Amino acid sequence: MKAQKNIEYKATSNACKLCSPLGASLVFRGIEKSMPLLHGSQGCSTYIRRYLISHFNEPVDIASSNFTEETTIFGGGANLKIAVQNIIKQYDPELIGVATTCLSETIGDDVPLILRDYNKNDSGKLSPAIVSVSTPSYSGTHIDGFHGAVKATVDTIAEKGNIEAKHVNIFPNMLSPEDLRHLKDIFFDFGAEHIMLPDYSQTLDGPLWSEYQKIPEGGTTVKQIASMGDAAASIEFGRILAEEESAGKLLKKKFQVPCYSLGIPIGVNETDVFFNALSTITGKPVPEKYVQERGRLIDAYADGHKYVFEARAVVYGEEDLVIGLASFLSEIGIVPVLCASGGESGHLKNKLCQVIPDFETRGIEALEGVDFVDIGDAAKKLSPDFLIGSSKGYKIAREINKPLIRVGFPIHDRMGGARILHIGYKGTQQLFDTISNIIIASKQDASSVGYTYM
Amino acid sequence: MTNMPILKEREKQIYQKGAQAFDMTCEKKSLAGSVSQRACVFCGSRVVLYPIADALHLIHGPIGCASYTWDIRGALSSGPQLHRMSFSTDLKEKDIIFGGEKKLYGSRVQLIDKYHPNAAFVYATCIVGLIGDDVDSICKRVSDEKGIPVLPVHSEGFKGTKKDGYKAACDAMAHIVGTGSIEGIGELSLNIMGEFNIAGEAWIIQDYYEKMGLEVVSVFTGDGRVDKIKRSHGAKLNVVQCSGSMMHLAEIMKEKYGIPYIRVSYFGIEDMSKALYDVAEHFSDHPEVMEKTQNIVRKEIQAINPVLKQYKKVLSGKKAAIYVGGAFKAFSMIKALRSLGMEVVLAGSQTGNKDDYKLLREMCNDGTVILDDANPLELSKYCIEKGADLFIGGVKERPMAYKMGIGFCDHNHERKLSLAGYSGMLNFAKEVYSSVKSPVWKFAPEKKLS
Repeated sequence: MKAQKNIEYKATSNACKLCSPLGASLVFRGIEKSMPLLHGSQGCSTYIRRYLISHFNEPVDIASSNFTEETTIFGGGANLKIAVQNIIKQYDPELIGVATTCLSETIGDDVPLILRDYNKNDSGKLSPAIVSVSTPSYSGTHIDGFHGAVKATVDTIAEKGNIEAKHVNIFPNMLSPEDLRHLKDIFFDFGAEHIMLPDYSQTLDGPLWSEYQKIPEGGTTVKQIASMGDAAASIEFGRILAEEESAGKLLKKKFQVPCYSLGIPIGVNETDVFFNALSTITGKPVPEKYVQERGRLIDAYADGHKYVFEARAVVYGEEDLVIGLASFLSEIGIVPVLCASGGESGHLKNKLCQVIPDFETRGIEALEGVDFVDIGDAAKKLSPDFLIGSSKGYKIAREINKPLIRVGFPIHDRMGGARILHIGYKGTQQLFDTISNIIIASKQDASSVGYTYM
Repeated sequence: MTNMPILKEREKQIYQKGAQAFDMTCEKKSLAGSVSQRACVFCGSRVVLYPIADALHLIHGPIGCASYTWDIRGALSSGPQLHRMSFSTDLKEKDIIFGGEKKLYGSRVQLIDKYHPNAAFVYATCIVGLIGDDVDSICKRVSDEKGIPVLPVHSEGFKGTKKDGYKAACDAMAHIVGTGSIEGIGELSLNIMGEFNIAGEAWIIQDYYEKMGLEVVSVFTGDGRVDKIKRSHGAKLNVVQCSGSMMHLAEIMKEKYGIPYIRVSYFGIEDMSKALYDVAEHFSDHPEVMEKTQNIVRKEIQAINPVLKQYKKVLSGKKAAIYVGGAFKAFSMIKALRSLGMEVVLAGSQTGNKDDYKLLREMCNDGTVILDDANPLELSKYCIEKGADLFIGGVKERPMAYKMGIGFCDHNHERKLSLAGYSGMLNFAKEVYSSVKSPVWKFAPEKKLS
């Protein structure tokens, strides 16, 4: 597969990645009273809106600076300023998150400069905070846009006051709204104040409205983000993110906030690390509720271990999600025979070796920078029992007639993508039951007598 | 009234019948920061060419444009499924600096060798021109080497609106039209244009025409095939649906091959029947066509009318808001909704022109709001103010409707339900009924106007 990557000019077919402005838009939708603004063509905003809407089933407004031919010749400054003004008039936001696109980056617009100029000319009116992030679509994937926007937001807004540090910053990575809600519960049960960025648990998974909400309620407040420099510690999820210049590391550098870089807490091993870190930071023991959850999970592992043992899984998605899932799968005896991502951090295999001690002897393939045609070709050779990842693997699952367990983003062909819980003992419990039952059901369906006990 | 502000620059694109003199502005670029529901030039080209199932569609640019359009349309094919793949040159930073031509050439050759398509389209996205890639000459080179048409589609996102994308797609197809043999094509023949076979709609329409004794030479572009497009200039009539997307090609074919065209719509009983009669009328030298048509229409209407009447009983008096891509669809929809006893209180489109809006105004009742290139806040504002019970639109409008606690009917290209033809009208009525009459809305919070 590596050799194939070396063919110099290979097209990407059915990409296992999206462009970076999508990730940035998602982050800005997770800040209270915030509007994302993409500096580029109208299509970028509309396509990304549609893609997010199909997953979350929620309104997702994303503005565009709407480039024209003249804009590409004379620069996008004027359009960007008009866009900012019109957003303020229509939405009255507290923050505008500006993300660039391939177009504005290629013509060389200096967005921070344009925005500084805008603020100067804005005659004393109360303006929203403006955060800008560079997200050229030709560089990295949606996950890079996501982390980039988190970092740019922290860099622009977080400061250090003179208050006593007591809260914990949490940078959760690109998780589901249900995951974010669960994280909040965990912090609450620990009695630990926290600030989570981003927090789209409500903005992208909220109730029906009695009156129209121009910007859906919820999200991290700008004030909270400002106080991130005062935190007792930061926790960031993602073993790949741990290798990058992240928001957590920035706060450490700027304000000496200690940063704990952990894996996404899926499975007992990675979740233990997270709970231990919380205990260390807060000086409190793990609440009994979670001791019980962990206990029940391991009880379920015991009850179901034979059904899953040495089952073969194809895992794909953002690299950090793949590592989290692979860690969980291997701790219950499932072999993640293929761990694949459209991302190309260069760290995927190393990080998988960290969470799967017998990685080398298991014959696991770790593929970075691949598309769904590559994944399908590899899957056909590896004869897996199931696939686990976004709904975009459906075509492969259908071709090889194996079940697809839908997790992560996007889930465009099922209900409830926003409400899938992946993390913690509780999320792992749900994943374990789902996976066990799919394997059990496959055997049951294939049985000639259709037995009614396991 | 709601307190949602309307941007001053947008005021002229909103009209309320009866309340003001008609002086609508339209056909302009979307306002920056307004949150238009439109996409871009690329989107226009991509949707039109997408259903050509034995062609290879390569998107030249960074990955986003290809990712967001992978398998996006419900355009069915009776054979090859190549159109449902997403191919991208996936330009990276170094390509931006050194140009993407080699990558384009290499990708193109590799894909043609692997998939053996009958033609290939190369969509130029935003930055292709800026980095200086000569897409035309590479297409020509690959075409010469591989012996199939390889056509550039100049669809840089910022170079106009979706309509310019339609035009670019038509220009690309115009290069294929006229390159095949027209032997065996008779007098009673036509092309179906602007019909994309969403949920098999083109098959329904084609079946009507065949029952009328007419030969369908090519469908543009539903269940499309390159060979059929090549010989489509042998048809004696172009029947064009969807005002925006195919008129340019119809005009080209009229000028170059002298093929007349008529404009039709296949949505709703009234327009569907009119379409068949208009086509039959065109072939009036063959009176048996009209005779067959009358039989078909009678039979089809008889089959669905009793059921439609049942739906009408429960839907009568309900209010609908419609927001569509091309305004032409809105006309048919207003008639279809009326036939179900429903009233349209909001009608808008992304790309309508002045004549479209004039006609909309004539068709609508007093108080109806007409919107050009609307944004989510405007659509919501008028839905609330006008007390709509149902919204008809695309995926982007769906959650907006549901949040307000009103029903929704997907009339866009991702749907899996055929809404064209007589059977489609029945599906439409059922779809509207299942959303408007669902018991779940009783749990929706009471609406407050704010």
